[in-house]
Amino acid sequence: MNRPVAPRPSLGLRARLMFAFALLCVITTAAVAGGIYVQARVAILQRTQDAAVQAMRSRLQALYPLRDPAPDAAELGRIAGAVAEGDDDALALYHGTRSPAGPGRPCLPFGRPCRPRLDPEVIPEALRREVAGGHIAWQRVVWLDGPHLIIGTPLLIVDPDRTARASGIEVYLAQSLAPEQRSIDGLAASAWLTGGAALAFAVVLALLATRGVLGPVRELGRAARLLGEGEMRARIAVRGSDELADVARTFNDTAAELERHVRQLREMEADARRFVADVSHELRTPLAALTAVADVLDEEAAGLPEPAGRAARLVSQETLNLTGLVNDLIEISRFDSGVAALALNEVDVAELVRATLRTRGWPERVGTELPSAVRARLDPRRVDVILANLVGNALRHGEPPVSIRLRADPRWITLEVRDHGPGLDEAVLPRVFDRFYKASAARARSEGSGLGLAIARENARLHRGDLTVANAPDGGAVFTLRLPSRAPDQDGGAE
Amino acid sequence: MKLGGVSRVLLIEDDPAVREGLELALTRHGHRVHAVESGEQGLDRLRTELPDVVVLDLMLPGMDGFEVCRRIRAAREVPIIILTARGDDIDVVAGLEVGADDYVVKPVQPRVLEARIRAVLRRIGRDQAEMERYGDLTIDRAGLVVANRGVPVALTPTELRLLLELSGTPGRVHSRQQLLESVWEHGYFGDSRLVDACVQRLRAKIEDDSAAPVYVQTVRGFGYRFGPV
Repeated sequence: MNRPVAPRPSLGLRARLMFAFALLCVITTAAVAGGIYVQARVAILQRTQDAAVQAMRSRLQALYPLRDPAPDAAELGRIAGAVAEGDDDALALYHGTRSPAGPGRPCLPFGRPCRPRLDPEVIPEALRREVAGGHIAWQRVVWLDGPHLIIGTPLLIVDPDRTARASGIEVYLAQSLAPEQRSIDGLAASAWLTGGAALAFAVVLALLATRGVLGPVRELGRAARLLGEGEMRARIAVRGSDELADVARTFNDTAAELERHVRQLREMEADARRFVADVSHELRTPLAALTAVADVLDEEAAGLPEPAGRAARLVSQETLNLTGLVNDLIEISRFDSGVAALALNEVDVAELVRATLRTRGWPERVGTELPSAVRARLDPRRVDVILANLVGNALRHGEPPVSIRLRADPRWITLEVRDHGPGLDEAVLPRVFDRFYKASAARARSEGSGLGLAIARENARLHRGDLTVANAPDGGAVFTLRLPSRAPDQDGGAE
Repeated sequence: MKLGGVSRVLLIEDDPAVREGLELALTRHGHRVHAVESGEQGLDRLRTELPDVVVLDLMLPGMDGFEVCRRIRAAREVPIIILTARGDDIDVVAGLEVGADDYVVKPVQPRVLEARIRAVLRRIGRDQAEMERYGDLTIDRAGLVVANRGVPVALTPTELRLLLELSGTPGRVHSRQQLLESVWEHGYFGDSRLVDACVQRLRAKIEDDSAAPVYVQTVRGFGYRFGPV
């Protein structure tokens, strides 16, 4: 049986399980950690912004009342200076005029300004418009080396009639969000870390789970394979009481049942074969007596008056046929019971073939192609049986010319026996070696026991060779006997 | 040993039908057959009259064929042909080991048995050659006497023919097939175990050490040769 090599099934299942576990873990972690991260980030930024806006408002309160509704650059600088605090940069604008740019903070150790002061260009357009509209507004921008919160507010002038109007002065404050960025980064890092740890944990869990499932599955597969290969005693250990254990139990029960059936069938077959062997042996003694006198009958037949003479010849002929049949049956039961043994001998194969033909008076009827000096170690008597059968069949059923061709390579010798008849029916080809198989029901019984080809093939296989049949492309059946040039020794062949 | 004339055959076979059939057939072929149904009767008969050949069934009630064969061989060099059941290879080997010269498989055709009997009885041609000497072994082809260190060795006709065949061309290798044809008069497909068994018996009689033979040597993969001594 030709079975394609199955891909290891456990890998697929394992990969799928692992993938599912990992996916589950990633989604859960992402949802939890991501949600917390986003919420925390919003809360942090909100608080920072509120605090900054509040602080700026209170500082601006100190500027009132405004000294000059149309301030010059110096005045704007003073306003900006009052708003700025710590590291923060402030910028005050009044129409085209701006507070003077400061020296910028020195970057140690070089003392060069590494950061220009807040510039009007840095302030987003949308924020400017919002502030020009008279509202306090803020926006986060990425400026220079990090995120900054830029808060803008217009300065209002409260007229004596207590109405407020825009003074045209806008004050902007840039506050670094670096500390907040750091906290949020820390948050993200811990989210990643937690997620990674959870993923690793999930993979380990998945491995454990798959091992628990796949171990028994793999064992089941192995046992099923053994069973298929004819190892009827293959069983698996049942562990626990889960569904897998159920499967294992079912498998074991099925295997036991199968083993019982197979054993029963084998016993029946062995019984049948033993019966044939016993019958053949029992037939031998009366046949021995019959055979001993058949010749006498045959020789006396000529002198007998007519129905008796024909009867005598018939008895004699049929005794011979019966003897042949019984001998073949005994021979085949010897193959069945495994007692057939090779008597190996080193022979010249061409000489062996010629002897087979010579013994049966066939040399003129069979063409040969026999290279000389092909020596082989085989059982000459058994090879003679094979060849006699093949050539006999070809002469009887095929058309001349019948030919034998010998070929040899270092390991094998091949003998081809072919005729030039119509060949064998394709439907018949696979069955010609069956016991008692007759290609056509009309074929005369006397042409052989019906065991000849079966015995021939058994003989070939006893040599660890084989006998096959095919139709030649240009007509005629070709029987190919292939034998190892050194048949393996069993116990006690001739040296 | 007779050829052409009447030869005396002792047939030991327990089955009455087979015994009668073979007796009938061999008698028709011109032999004088004395048939008995057990090994004991056969051995008794041998004490009073020595036949030219014994045809012995291996499956006998009471004393079995192997024991009968061994006892005959212990006392006599008369040729023995055993009757074996087809398929009982072990019987063949065991029978040849206890000294049988040839075997036929039952059911046997009388003409086959007849041919075997004639082969074992065939008169050994006496040469005019002088006494041949190989080491301690002397072969007298005229007197058909073989002696080892001057002591005559009792050989069965088959053993003698095998030795004469091999020693006729010292140093030449004879294949088992050739020996089967020339000594046993079997065809090409005779049973080579006949040769091997006979060589073993011959070595036991003429060699000082059967395991390291000097006269009948094995040529692996080809057969046997005599010498070189």
